[in-house]
Formats: sequence, structure tokens, C-alpha cells
Amino acid sequence: MSSNTPSSSAGGVGSADAAAPRRNSKRPKYSKFTQQELPACKPILTPRWVISAFLLVSIVFIPIGVVSLFASRDVVEIIDRYETACVPQNFSNDKVSFIQSAVDKTCNRTLTVKKLMKQPIYVYYQLDNFYQNHRRYVKSRSDSQLKDNSSWNDVSSCKPEDMSNDQPIVPCGLIAWSLFNDTYNFSLNNQQLAVNKKDISWKSDRDKKFGKDVFPKNFQNGTLIGGNRLDPSVPLSEQEDLIVWMRTAALPTFRKLYGKIERDLQPNEVIQVTLLNNYNTYSFNGKKKLVLSTTSWLGGKNDFLGIAYLTVGGLCFFLALSFTVVYLVKPRQLGDPSYLSWNRNPAGH
Amino acid sequence: MDSKTPVENLYSVEPALNSSSRRSNFSIPSKASGGNSIREVNFSDLGSKPVRYGSRGADSDTYSTSQKEINDEDARLVHINDPVKTNERFEFAGNSIQTGKYSILTFLPRNLFEQFHRVAYTYFLVIVVLNQLPQLAVFSREASFMPLTFVLLVTAVKDAYEDFRRHRSDRIENNTLASVLVNDQFQQKKWKNIQVGEIIKIQANETIPCDMVLLSTSDPTGVAYVQTINLDGESNLKTRYAKQETLLKIPEKEKVTGLIKCEKPNRNIYGFQANMEVDGKRLSLGPSNIILRGCELKITAWAVGVAVYAGRETKAMLNSSGAPSKRSRLETHMNFEIIFLSLFLIALCTVVSVCAAVWLRRHRDKLDYLPFYRRKHFSGGEEDNYNYYGWGLEIFFTFLMSVIVFQTMIPISLYISMELVRVGQAYFMIGDTQMYDESSQSRFQCRALNINEDLGQIKYVFSDKTGTLTENKMEFQCASIWGKDYSGGKAMSQDQEDGYFVQVDGKVLRPKMKVKTDPELLQFARSGKEMKECGHIHDFFLALAACNTIVPLILDTPDPTVKLIDYQGESPDEQALVYAAAAYGFMLIERTSGHIVIGIQGERQRFSVLGLHEFDSDRKRMSVILGFPDKSVKVFVKGADTSMFSVIDRSLKINVIHTTETHLYSYSSLGLRTLVVGMKELSTSEFEDWHSAYEAASAALMGRTTLLRKVANNIENNLYLLGASGIEDKLQQGVPEAIESLRTAGIKVWVLTGDKQETAISIGYSSKLLTSKMTPIIINSNSKESCRKSLEDAIIMCKKFTTISGTTNNTGRTSRAGLTPVALIIDGTSLVYILDSELEERLFQLSCNCSVVLCCRVAPLQKAGIVALVKNRTLDMTLAIGDGANDVSMIQMADVGVGISGQEGRQAVMASDFAMGQFRFLVPLLLVHGHWNYQRMGYMILYNFYRNAVFVLVSFWYVLFTCFTLTTAISEWSGVLYSVIYTSVPTIVVAVLDKDLSRRTLLKYPQLYGAGHKQECYNKKLFWITMIDAFWQSAVTFFIPLLAYWGSTIDASSIGDLWTLAVVILVNLHLAMDVIRWNWITHAAIWGSIIATFICVIIIDAIPSLIGYWAIFEIAKTRLFWLCLLAIIVAALIPRFVVKVLYQLYTPCDVQIAREAEKFQTQIESGAVEIEMNPILDPPRS
Repeated sequence: MSSNTPSSSAGGVGSADAAAPRRNSKRPKYSKFTQQELPACKPILTPRWVISAFLLVSIVFIPIGVVSLFASRDVVEIIDRYETACVPQNFSNDKVSFIQSAVDKTCNRTLTVKKLMKQPIYVYYQLDNFYQNHRRYVKSRSDSQLKDNSSWNDVSSCKPEDMSNDQPIVPCGLIAWSLFNDTYNFSLNNQQLAVNKKDISWKSDRDKKFGKDVFPKNFQNGTLIGGNRLDPSVPLSEQEDLIVWMRTAALPTFRKLYGKIERDLQPNEVIQVTLLNNYNTYSFNGKKKLVLSTTSWLGGKNDFLGIAYLTVGGLCFFLALSFTVVYLVKPRQLGDPSYLSWNRNPAGH
Repeated sequence: MDSKTPVENLYSVEPALNSSSRRSNFSIPSKASGGNSIREVNFSDLGSKPVRYGSRGADSDTYSTSQKEINDEDARLVHINDPVKTNERFEFAGNSIQTGKYSILTFLPRNLFEQFHRVAYTYFLVIVVLNQLPQLAVFSREASFMPLTFVLLVTAVKDAYEDFRRHRSDRIENNTLASVLVNDQFQQKKWKNIQVGEIIKIQANETIPCDMVLLSTSDPTGVAYVQTINLDGESNLKTRYAKQETLLKIPEKEKVTGLIKCEKPNRNIYGFQANMEVDGKRLSLGPSNIILRGCELKITAWAVGVAVYAGRETKAMLNSSGAPSKRSRLETHMNFEIIFLSLFLIALCTVVSVCAAVWLRRHRDKLDYLPFYRRKHFSGGEEDNYNYYGWGLEIFFTFLMSVIVFQTMIPISLYISMELVRVGQAYFMIGDTQMYDESSQSRFQCRALNINEDLGQIKYVFSDKTGTLTENKMEFQCASIWGKDYSGGKAMSQDQEDGYFVQVDGKVLRPKMKVKTDPELLQFARSGKEMKECGHIHDFFLALAACNTIVPLILDTPDPTVKLIDYQGESPDEQALVYAAAAYGFMLIERTSGHIVIGIQGERQRFSVLGLHEFDSDRKRMSVILGFPDKSVKVFVKGADTSMFSVIDRSLKINVIHTTETHLYSYSSLGLRTLVVGMKELSTSEFEDWHSAYEAASAALMGRTTLLRKVANNIENNLYLLGASGIEDKLQQGVPEAIESLRTAGIKVWVLTGDKQETAISIGYSSKLLTSKMTPIIINSNSKESCRKSLEDAIIMCKKFTTISGTTNNTGRTSRAGLTPVALIIDGTSLVYILDSELEERLFQLSCNCSVVLCCRVAPLQKAGIVALVKNRTLDMTLAIGDGANDVSMIQMADVGVGISGQEGRQAVMASDFAMGQFRFLVPLLLVHGHWNYQRMGYMILYNFYRNAVFVLVSFWYVLFTCFTLTTAISEWSGVLYSVIYTSVPTIVVAVLDKDLSRRTLLKYPQLYGAGHKQECYNKKLFWITMIDAFWQSAVTFFIPLLAYWGSTIDASSIGDLWTLAVVILVNLHLAMDVIRWNWITHAAIWGSIIATFICVIIIDAIPSLIGYWAIFEIAKTRLFWLCLLAIIVAALIPRFVVKVLYQLYTPCDVQIAREAEKFQTQIESGAVEIEMNPILDPPRS
């Protein structure tokens, strides 16, 4: 009563009219939103729903698994691990000194095609135990320098490969410094097998990340030579090996595209590979492999995804079955109030 | 007018005035404690003195004036009308106020300083600072600063806006004009320029600019009426008095000088003590002589005062502080989990650094030449180690770096999300139309923003009675006069023509409220005082009209000839009595400090008020000494029955006393509040004795209250019993149903009241708190020993009831419901002996076994003691609900305090965490909003733990494949945006909007509230399940791409994008799987977040300077990417889905069943089911 005094004192007896708008202004506005009553869908996991969900997953997953497995099987791969074989016998105990010496590193390998390989056949080199994702390594690059000639001396992030003979290195950094420098020459029936090294890198990298006016400078001039040298007259945007190398791999076992062979290889054809085994993986026991591979719609040869899909699909099928069985054996009526704890407890005691 | 013409009268007015000033100086603190004793404790009992709540009561007042003279060093000296001299040492604040915290210059440093007071932000900052060390720079500078800057910015903008509003209102307030005496005339001056010591004149309806001591007012007796609604929210008028000595001074004409010596500024708005020296006389000043900033002057045409406290030193400003902060139970639990997560974080970091240590040791010979390590730096000519600080330091740095990388394991964003979610929840609670009180037009208020979820776990409700269970709208119901019971007034007859009225100067005066009258009594009352019986009735109503502190206000009505009389007073009981007296023809028309005018049966009569002994909690009665027009002097006393019967002259009419006692008993068992009225006529000598004693006591500077009490005790004896009144305090609407619901929900309701035991029990029955099925155990003891004994007996009895009924009902259907419920009724006196002694433990045992506990005649502090009794012994959540100042301590003590914004002041509301208009809103508040909030918040916390853990673990797995060097495949910007954009919105939206059950279901089955009691939504088990799930999901997310891309040409950025998208889609779908109600906002938030993530990833990968340029486009071209994504999501969610399905189908919780019932109700809703459901509503579960 007393709290009403201000409003009712103003209008006296006839204060009802005056109070009405006031009340309206204070009363919370009614809307479905403010009352938390927005129309909503309330899905409930009914057994039927659950079983169909599992069935659906298995119906989708098993075929995908089968198809992926087939795709992976269709891929023909020739893998040749050569880092041990290409070390002469007399260096077999000290491979590091071999690779650091000035001995001729040429090595001949023979690959036999087992199945028909349709073009394009991708030539990769595969490194093992090479941590291109090492923190020190991935940080040691200068994107601005690669892109733009004017920032050629922006090498602060490139340590320890930033300067050589007090001059900035272009391209600087550990990644560029350690550029892979084994080379492969393929010949089939004594005929040179052309390897197309064009367009092996991402177009986006060539266009936007590596400048057309940036030329290698002062590169591999230091005390310690890490890897390949670059032709100072070719702009970085055309140094595709470098561009591929600089897309650092995510995992310690990785392949890098070397080139493409653009002709079919028939079964039982023998390919002679003359390679220069220059790259030092011996200091960290890294393996080097040469890989020739066709591709499928799913990429390279990897059974994992197919198996994974089959497993998940199979599991879901099994779950669907077992839920059906359980549902048939021991059904529970949904929303049956007799299951409520306060209805159940009396019986339980 | 002529109150001062008789010379001796002049002197007699002074003490009267003084006493009434003393009175209100009492009655204002009484709002804090004693005042509720006027209405809540109802003149009955306030328990013993030492347990009174707070220090603001009358005692402190007594204390201060009697024992404590203000020391010079503690005092502030104010030279009236001499601000320069007053403030010559420049120590007093000016009157300009600055509630804004910051100025433009100080904003940045101060705001940052305040923000970093939070531990979470400091953690953020430390991480960022660590990241800036070159050895540890994991993230780029921009990326590392972003999250912190974002959070700081959002908070700073919010603070700045709030501060801007404060500045604006400050400016308006500071520039308001007031008239200040300058050079002997009043001039307009801005508020901010007012200085302590200046004399200020306030006109009617003006706001008072600073705390001032009244010097004079337009009223010849020096009364000023102020409305303190801005200060304490009470809308009734309070009276303030100017001192007699300064009353006649006119500042313009004669220079007023003097010295006020007052206490230092403090925040007690109900206390003030000072001395004033004027014209060589020393006067003492109390709280009734000061008017405070923020109050408004009403009715009084003008008032002149001298500023004593200004600006920030005013009591209003000192009191402007927020609600006390409490921490929610869920958050406390959560902090344990946070500690665990910190340990887990340390474990992860340790694993990484140990592995790194082993790797470095094994490769120590090769480090110089490893192409991806290259320790040696050759460029300078000489060889040195590049960025290598030795094995030990490298490990240490690795550890710190992993802390930086895995920092989100501690979900800092959770704290911010929780704040946002609580604001959202509060918005909906405030906006709930079902918690809007039409009658008082009050919305629900959320005063504390951090305990919303506690509302879902309340186990004990402690409720005040008056004003909480009842409306606190007192209505005069019946009277017993001279041994005769008049309780007939059932229907208001039409022929009463709007009740009683008086005609004055051709104007009709009518009381504002109508009262039901007993026709017989009305007849007697009108028939004059010829008959003996009617004489008693006459005196009885005269006592009701006179013996109070009500101020009548004359209000205009549209009809100019009709005026309404509104009785303003602090005690609703007194208002009811005065209205009742008016209805029976004894209308109080005018009250000044010297006289009252009562219209007796249409005839105006003037009585001089010779003295007034205000109510105090020791005497529990008040008295007024009236000088009648025929020169006779009578003293009228009213008070609680216990205190009154001890001072009534028993030799007279013993049978009248007996019948009155019987009537009183029957009234209180009807739930009425009773008061006993007595009087006696004073002979001249008696009056002289009293008068001189009273004068001496009033003029005393020391111990005045004690002296006055002694005087009162001397006069209040050998009274002549007139009768008793019964006032009904109506039960609020919906209280029985609400109590029923709460009890069904498994909440124990305890009622703590200051009322008498009979009243309390009868209210207990009418509110269905007590039922006829219950066995009441009553404990009324007067000593510690008897307390112990009755407690022990009660425990045995309680056990007997529960076990006997348990065995007899063994065959029956129920075990718990079959117990005879026991109700414990205990009174304040017993509690005095029990609380704070070893008996507490027994009381707790006993009360745990009782389904209802009702404490009557408890003092405010005891209420808090009882709450503490339960709170300290159980982990259960307690809620206290009350409306009065006497409930403040209990509200603050309980885990959740709810204030009823009702009749009484706003102190309960000010101290509460939530405030609402009606008791019954407790049901939607707890059962609906509490349940929702708890479920939402519990889920959100778990989800946030999970969400961050998945992301961190994916990074962790990757680190194992990078030589333990903290490389992240996921781009650092995605890492930063993960908790800001990618996943934050859905969790907040779901936590604000999702409802596990509809309001209807929750109200229909209050038992569902048990989910909160059982901690169904957040507990250790759920936490562990969630963390294991997070572990599995992160492993799936990481290893499927790892194996699928092993030995391929994949680059780090591309696979990082795959992981980013996989994690984001996964956590959003995980949330989607748990959403119960999909409305369009939820859809928008969840799918929108996934789309936003794609867009963000695309944008990030379209920036050429970043390492992952174009990666998403390259990888999205391949089918492997999409197949990986699909496989990750399905494989990661299967375990959770299976567990969820098994749990829901085969061990469903109540909420789940109710949810299904809600959905399928339309199909199975038939009579049979309904009947089967009915037993559910059977209450006794205790």
C-alpha cells in the first residue's frame, strides 16, 4: 500500500487510469523469445532413430571403403631405396665422410615395371626421418625476401643461414640452404626418358610467393654447403625444385615431387636410373627413396583410409544389429512415467 | 499556532519535541533492526539483547550518546556559515561528486589495473609476456597479443560506456542549482560549489544536495518531512526536526554562527551524532536532525540547514556500493577441475620436454650438421652456437614453450563465456512474465550475476514469515474491548457509504483505506461515551488513534470538496490500527510534535501531546501522554501481550483480564497479530513527577535513552486494561501451493519468524507448511539444561516415529513417504541456549529428521545463526528469503539470498542476490529457471573443458612428430580464433537458450528438481568421461589424417587446415548432438560457426605473406581431404553416441523420461496415464 502512494496520490481516487500505462511500461514484454518459448524441434533418440543412423553410416561407409581400397590397389608404385646401395663398399662404414668427400657420386639403379603404368607417372623422392617440420627449420625462412626483390636484405628470420661473407643470402634460411640435390636420369631401352619438371609446384606459390624479379644471390657461398645450388640467372618463381622444397612437409616421412613422366610404361619394361647421390641424409640415418607412382582419384597408394572406412562401417553395422537385438529383447516404452525414480523407488524397497 | 502562547507550554513542548525527535531517531534505526520488531516481532519478543542484529539498532544509539562523547580528533568541526574557517585545512571534500571511476587520462592505466586483478587475465598476460622472449617466441607477436587484447578491449569498452553514463549523471547532478547563503542572502549556486559549513535553503520537492543539519523549517515546530526513496527505497515520509534553539533564527537577517562538532563521515545512514554550540548553549544532535543527500523535502515549504558532509563524504555516496559477491557452487567445483587441468597441462609439457631432452641427448653429436637443426652458425666467420643455450636450458625453454602452445588447456575463455551466459540467463529471468508482480509492479531482479546456477541445487529454503509468506498488508480484524469480543465485521455493509468521514471547513475528509467494521461495535462507538461500556470503547479507539507515530497526509482528490487522509508510518500494524480507529469514528487528522487533532465522531478535538515514549525492544510497548482539553492527563499504552500484562493492574476486574487473555489466545491461533491496549489517568502529582523526570531525562546529554526508558517504565504501570486488537496479516497468493511444490521438489522449507508461537503455527497450517499428518515437536526452554533435555527427548521421539512408521509400513508401498513426518517448532529463547553451543549439533541432527522446522520469536541474528547451522554442516545449498531489514543477516549468510520487494523497506532487496515481488515466484525461480540454469551451466563448463582439450591434444600429438619442438601445423591465427570465433558462439547460445524440459513439465513434476540435488549435470564422473572422450576424439582427429597422409607430399599448412576444420566441425557437432531444443538461433549459431570457420580458414590462406598461402584450396581439391573429414567426424563421435544411447535407453534419468513423456505425451496422453501419474504429486517425501 505504501509503495503505491506516489502514483495514487497524484490521481487520488481516479488513479486507475494513470496507473495503467505505468504498469504496461514495467511489465516485461511478452514475446516467444523473452519467454524462452521459441518454436523448437526436440529430437529424441528413439531406438528406431538410432538403428537407422547406424545403418545409414554403414551403408555409406562400407561402399566408400571398398572403392577407396580398390583405388589404392590400382595405384602402381615402384619404390627404390638407394641411400645404402649407392655408397661404395669402401665407405660403407663411414657414409658421412663419403657424402662429404669429393668422390664421384654417380650411381646406377635398375627399376622393373611390374604392371602397366598409365601416364602421368609421378616421380618422387622420399625422405625418411627428415624433420622438415622442426621448429628451427620451419621458422628459418623469409617470405618477404622470396616475394619481393626490394626486401632482399630482410633476412632477420633466416638464422643461421642469413648472411654469408657479410652479404645477405637470397634465398636465405635453413630450408633453402638444405635444398635436396640428388638428381635422377631415366632411360628406357637406352633411350632418354623425358621427365617433365614443369608445373611440379603449386601455381599459387609460383605466382604469389616467389617473385619473378628475385634472383638467387650469394647462395651456397658459405663454409658449409647444405644442398643444391641455384642458377643465379633464373628467377625464384621458376626454380620449381626450390618451390616444392620450401612447401615444408608436415610429417617426418615425406615425398616431394621431382617430375612427371608423360608416357605409359608397359609391364616388364626396365628403366635405367642414373642418379647423383649428393644429398646428405647419412648424418641422421635418413632413408632416401626414389618413387615412381601413378595416381588414382584418391591420390597415392594408401590402404589406410579404405580400411578405416570399412572398419567404421562394419562397426556401425554391428552396432545397428546389436541395438536391434537389445531393443527386441528388452524394450522400454519411451516416456513411460512408471520409470521415474520417485515412482520406481517404492517398488524397489 | 497557539502552542507557544502559554509560557509553561513553551517549555512543555520542547521535551515533547525532543522526545519525538528521539523517537524517530529510534524508529529509523528500527528499520534496520528494531523497527521490524515493531511489526515483525509485533511488540512481542525480540529475543535477548545480545543477539540483536547489527549495530545500527537503538542500542548503538544509546551507546553513542550516553557513553561516547566525540573525541576532538575523531570529530569534524563545522563552523556554521563560515565555510572558509570550517575547511581551513582543506580536508573536507567539496560537494562535487565523481561516481565515474576514470577520467580520460586515467582510464587506460586504471582500467587495465583493475582488469588484471582477475587471475585469469594475469595468466593470459604471463603467457603473452613469455611468448615475447625471443627464445620462446612460439607465436608471432600479433597473434599472441590478439586474444588478450580482444578480451581487454571488450571489457574496457563496456567499462568505458558505463563510466560515460556515470560521468553524464554526475555532470547533471553537479550542476544542479541550490540556494546557498552568500553575504546574507540566498543565491543560486551549483551543487558542486557547495562547501561544508554553508547554509542552504531547500524548497519543497527539492532534492537535498548534501548532508545537512537542520536549522529551521517552514513548520513552526521545526518539523521537516523527507522522502528517502533514493536512499533506502522506502517511500513513506520520515520526519526530521530542527532544534528549538535554531528554529527562530532567520539567516538573512541575523548572522547565525555556531560550531557543530560531528563524527567523521561514515556510511551509517541511520546514525549521526554531533553537538552544536549555538549562542553558548550546547545541544546534542542525532540522526533525526540531519537530512541526507538524495532525499527529497516533502510537504514542508522550506528548510534551512548547514552542510556538514559534502560530496563523496555524504552518507548516500559512502553507501553506493554493489551487491556482495558470492561464488557459485558449480564454479567452486569447477575450480577443482581447473586445478586438475593445470596438472594435466604440466604433465603434457613435461612429456614434451622429457622427450625433447632424450632426443637432444641422442642426437647431441649430430646437432651441428643436421640440416633441420644446424646448431652452428658460420656467418660471422667464427663458429658459434645459434639459438642454443645448452641442454638444460633447451629443455627448460621447451617446457615453457609447450606451456605457451598448450595454454588453452586452461579454458580462460570459459570465465568470459560464463559471464556472458549469466547475463543472458538473467535477461530471461528478468523478462519472465510469470515472475512479474502485478500488485507491486515489480519485476524480478537479478542483483548478483554469478550464482544463477546455484538456484538449481537448493536444498534448504529459509523463509521469513511476515511480508514473505504473508502480504504484510495489515488489516484490522477484531477487537476485544473490556472483555467483550467484537469480531463480526465480516462483510462491509453498503450503507456505510464509503466508511467514515469528517467535515472540516466544508470539506469532507475520508481515510484512504476502508476497513471492515463490526456493526455492533460501530454502533457502540458512535453512541458516545455515556454508557460505561461505550466509555471503554471510546478510550480504546482514542488509544489506537493517538498512541502511534503515524503522520496523516491530506491528499487532494478530483472532487475539490473531498480530501483523502493517507496515514504514513513506518509500521504497517500502526497504520492498520489508525485506519481502524478512523473507520470507527476516531480519525487522526493532524499530528505535530506538540499536539494531535482527532476527529471524534465528526467533531475535531485537539489533544496536546505531553510526552511520547517510543517503542523499544526491552519494554516492547510504547506510550503517549495526552493532555485532554478538559485539562486531565492520560497515558495510553499499547504493546505486546507479555509485556503489557505485567504492567496491568491485576487488582481491577480480574475477569476482564482473563477473558481478554482467552480472546488473545484465540486471536493468535487464528493467525492474527495481537496488541494489548491500556491506559491510566494521571493525577496532577503523578504528572508533575513524571514531567520533571521526563524533562530531566530529555535534556540529559549522557545516557539519555536509558534515562528515558527508566522514566517510561515508571509511568507504564498499574495500567487499566482497555482491550486488545487482532490484526490479520494475509497470506500471499499461492503460498500453500508454492510450499507444496517446493516440498515435493525435495526442498526443505524452514520458516523463521519473529511472531508468537501460536501465530506462527496457525500460519504454518494455513500455508500448508504444517499438515495434520505431522507430529509436532515443540521446544520451549528457558535454560540450557532443559534445552538439552528437550532436544534429546525430541531426537528419541523423532527416531521412534520414523522407525515405527517405517516398520509398520513395511508391507506398504512406501518407505520414506510412509514415515510420520515430524515438525519441529522451536522458539527464540531456546535458540539462545542452543546456538553457538555444543547443542547445535543435536539441533542439527534433530532438524535433519524433521520435515518442517518452524522457528518463532527469533531475533535477526538468530536467523543467520540457524542458516549457518545448516550451511556449515552440510554441503547442501541454502536459500534465504525475506523482505525486511531483520532478514538481511540471513540473506547474506545463505548461499543464495532472495529479497521480497514488498511493503517494507528495501534493505532486504539491497542485500539480496535476487529480488522478486511474491513468495510464490520462488517456484518458477527454482524449479524452472534454477533447473535450466544449472543444467545449462553444468553442460557448458564440461563442454568448454572438452572443447579446449581436444584442440590442445591435437597440437600435442603433432608435437610428438616434430622432434618435440612445438611446431604447430594449425596456423597460429586459427589457433587464436578457435576459442574466439570458431567455437565460442554456439556454446554461449546453447547455454543461454537450451532447455532440457519445458516449463510445464518442470512445474508439473517438481521432483525433477532433484537433478540438481543429485548433481546430475556436473560431477566428477561426467568430467572424467568428458576428458576421456576428448582424448579419443583428439586421437581420431589427429591420427586418421596422419596415417592417410603418411609418406605423401602433404605439407604442414594443408594438413593443419584439415585438422582445424575437423576439430571445429567435430566440437560443433558434438554440441549439436547434445542440444535438446533446436530453435532457429541454435541452428544459426552452430551451422553459422562451421561456415564462419571455413570462411576464416579461406581468408587466412588467401594472405600471401603467411606460410599456408592457398593451402586450403590445394587440399580441398583432393577427395582424400573430404573423405578424411567425414571419417574423422563419424569415428570420433561414435563412442559418445553409443554411450549416450545406452544411457538414455536403458538407465534413463528422470529428466530423460520426462523429456520423452513431453514429446510423446500427445500420443499416450490418456486418462489411464494421467491417473497413474497422480500419485507423483503426493507430497510427503521430505
